[in-house]
Amino acid sequence: MVDMRGISVEFPGVKALSEVDFRLFPGEVHALMGENGAGKSTLIKALTGVYRTSAGTIRLNGRPVAFTGPGQAQQAGVSTVYQEVNLCSNLTVAENILLGREPRRFGAIDGRATRAAAAKLLDRIGLDIDPASQLGSHPIAVQQLVAIARALAVQARVLVLDEPTSSLDSDEVAELFRILRVLREEGVAILFVSHFIDQVYEIADRMTVLRNGRLVGEHLTRELDRLDLVSAMLGRELSTLEEVQRRTSHHAPGTEPVLQARGLGRAGAIAPFDLDIHAGEVVGLAGLLGSGRTELARLLFGADRPDTGTLTIGGKPARARGPRSMISHGVAFCSEDRKGEGVIADLSVRDNLVLAMQAARGWARPVPRRLAEDLVAEYIEKLDIRPADPGAVIGNLSGGNQQKVLLARWLVTRPRLLILDEPTRGIDVGAKAQIQKVVADLAAEGMAVVFISAELEEVVRVSDRVVVLRDRRKVAELAGHDVSVSDVMSAIAAQSGPVAAVAS
Amino acid sequence: MKRAQILWPLAALAGLLVLNIIVTPSFLSLRIQDGHLFGSTIDILRNGAPTMLIAVGMTLVIATRGIDLSVGAVAAIAGAIACTWIADGGNAVTAMIMALGVCVLLGLWNGFLVSVLGIQPIIATLVLMTAGRGVAMLLTEGQIITINDSLYSKIGAGFVVLPVAILISLAVLGGVALLTRRTALGMLIESVGVNPEASRLAGVRSRTIIWTVYVFAALCAGVAGLMISSNVNAADANSAGLWIEMDAILAVVIGGTSLAGGRYSLAGTLVGALVIQTLTTTVYTIGVPTNVTLVFKAVVVIAVCLLQSPRTAGFVRERRRRKQPSVSVPRPQKVGVR
Repeated sequence: MVDMRGISVEFPGVKALSEVDFRLFPGEVHALMGENGAGKSTLIKALTGVYRTSAGTIRLNGRPVAFTGPGQAQQAGVSTVYQEVNLCSNLTVAENILLGREPRRFGAIDGRATRAAAAKLLDRIGLDIDPASQLGSHPIAVQQLVAIARALAVQARVLVLDEPTSSLDSDEVAELFRILRVLREEGVAILFVSHFIDQVYEIADRMTVLRNGRLVGEHLTRELDRLDLVSAMLGRELSTLEEVQRRTSHHAPGTEPVLQARGLGRAGAIAPFDLDIHAGEVVGLAGLLGSGRTELARLLFGADRPDTGTLTIGGKPARARGPRSMISHGVAFCSEDRKGEGVIADLSVRDNLVLAMQAARGWARPVPRRLAEDLVAEYIEKLDIRPADPGAVIGNLSGGNQQKVLLARWLVTRPRLLILDEPTRGIDVGAKAQIQKVVADLAAEGMAVVFISAELEEVVRVSDRVVVLRDRRKVAELAGHDVSVSDVMSAIAAQSGPVAAVAS
Repeated sequence: MKRAQILWPLAALAGLLVLNIIVTPSFLSLRIQDGHLFGSTIDILRNGAPTMLIAVGMTLVIATRGIDLSVGAVAAIAGAIACTWIADGGNAVTAMIMALGVCVLLGLWNGFLVSVLGIQPIIATLVLMTAGRGVAMLLTEGQIITINDSLYSKIGAGFVVLPVAILISLAVLGGVALLTRRTALGMLIESVGVNPEASRLAGVRSRTIIWTVYVFAALCAGVAGLMISSNVNAADANSAGLWIEMDAILAVVIGGTSLAGGRYSLAGTLVGALVIQTLTTTVYTIGVPTNVTLVFKAVVVIAVCLLQSPRTAGFVRERRRRKQPSVSVPRPQKVGVR
């Protein structure tokens, strides 16, 4: 159905794709695999006309096409759901689903028909929300499903899903896959990009592997085992991806905790909780989406103001008066929302990396050019940031590399407590292992780390202690070496229904 | 800074100058009289000084994703305060200090509305844009106040080889460029403009920065207001600085700073302000009938903006590529990534 040959895409100074071939057949789920920056998103954007190809041909149903924009691609039956939710949060769910093709009546938009049509589509994917509600009032996961409903609203023959599952929990993933199977039966060709290898093996019939903008190979899923896939993606043997070892806790009991929260809470966000975090300790926060993980972290960092309770840092009471005062206490926070709360997209990697350090110094004392260059070079090397160009505009980097820059932004400030909210979401195995290893190393050097992840296995593997949240309430604290995923799961599920783990 | 972005405004400026030279061959000629430079180009610099000064302040405001519509009204207030004080027998220096002091207060007001109350900048400054002229009218009691003070008239009409007004504007522009690029202020302003929430979470004092740029913009407007009233030795609450905010915003945009905030270019603003003023002068020198003046201005501005837009650039590139499809470009084997 789709046949792309010899596709090359160039950005100023960077060749993002070089002579890649790609085929997609009707009625199949085809996974596009590769590390961050391998060119997956670029290939998709070349197909949908967001980027111009500098070489190569694209055929749709045998006819050569050259879309000049996603709108045109959509009319030809190629619908795309992007990694980051690209909807208008100020419009209603129904308006979002039918944006640009609203039913009209006497030239004006027919609100009732819009809602009815949207309700039908939502029903088709089994999503029970009010079409007239504002999109922004729903959690990200629901917004993602709305984006898929939107893609289905056109009679899509090719459905492109770029990281659709990175913000979904396991039930929602199962739901999504059910929908995908239905669509596959209907003969829709589905292009699927995911970092979750398990998910790819669960749903994909065929896969194409990219590395550094080049085609590595196309395989039937059942003919390629996981180890071969991972080494094909990385271009190296798996030995370098050793599992992060569980470490024993370094802090001796009775040591003054770095951070001590007593009865800290915020109405509507999280119920009052107590929490101690010691130096050299990794505390994991586990819980379902919307269980209050992020809300808890934001209170610790002062991003939101608490209604109740006290916070003590290094033995001194800290009034949470906003991020700036917490940073001066040595607390750092990497938000889960990379695009909205992390990167400064138009600025360079260098500026992004020194931003927190610069902010702490104040505007009058710029970070010396020399020091900035040294730091950037050091972290580009240490975290393997690609492209290794300090002057590159960060908005052009892939998600995983942006995440590494954000991590480096905080590491250069040498915090006492580092809070990482979903630092590994939507990034590949290699970068994931790298970030986990950095976390372990930091803790070994005496930094306290709060680690949040939707992947329970990862939380359990990285953390010395796991704090379990449910329904915006801290429900358990599991310590010791023998904490297992099933322990955490049963703590989460103590009252609510059964949960399946989304493992990597 | 991106070279291509400043290229087109420069080309426009050059084009306007050439047009002027063709129409009036003596356009570029300069003569020295009493140690002062005279000539059409000097006139352009002198008349463009207030716009340029206001555009400098506007550049920083726009870089933080804001806009300040009140600068014209603030300029009128500054002129009104200074002139009424001098007309009542006051000292020129005190008059200027008072006028600028009030401008700082007005800037604080704008900054408060935007950064503390979180009102959208276009609305927040619209308040003062309308109310400001009213205040200026109250101060002058609806009259045009004429004064005669040799020290005061130096700001707008004085000369130290070059007109004092343009020297002040260039000094402020240079000073701001140094201040923001030599310190980290420029980068922090840009980061607030690109992503305010991410900047806040990184510990940037977004509120203080935003507040400060509005105060600075009002101060620039105040000085510009003094220039305008000093040039004509009068305070005219109705027409002093009228529509100057539009010229300033245009200068900033022509200079390549995006209204969406973020990266800004003071050099671009300088060129942009010169383009605007040269354009205004050209309209008179080449004898465009008064009733089509604005249309002529609009055509030039649209042309510059079109040439600058990335989409046009892409379109032009596409056309060029299509014209020479047979040439096979050797493919570089080096992979850019890594």
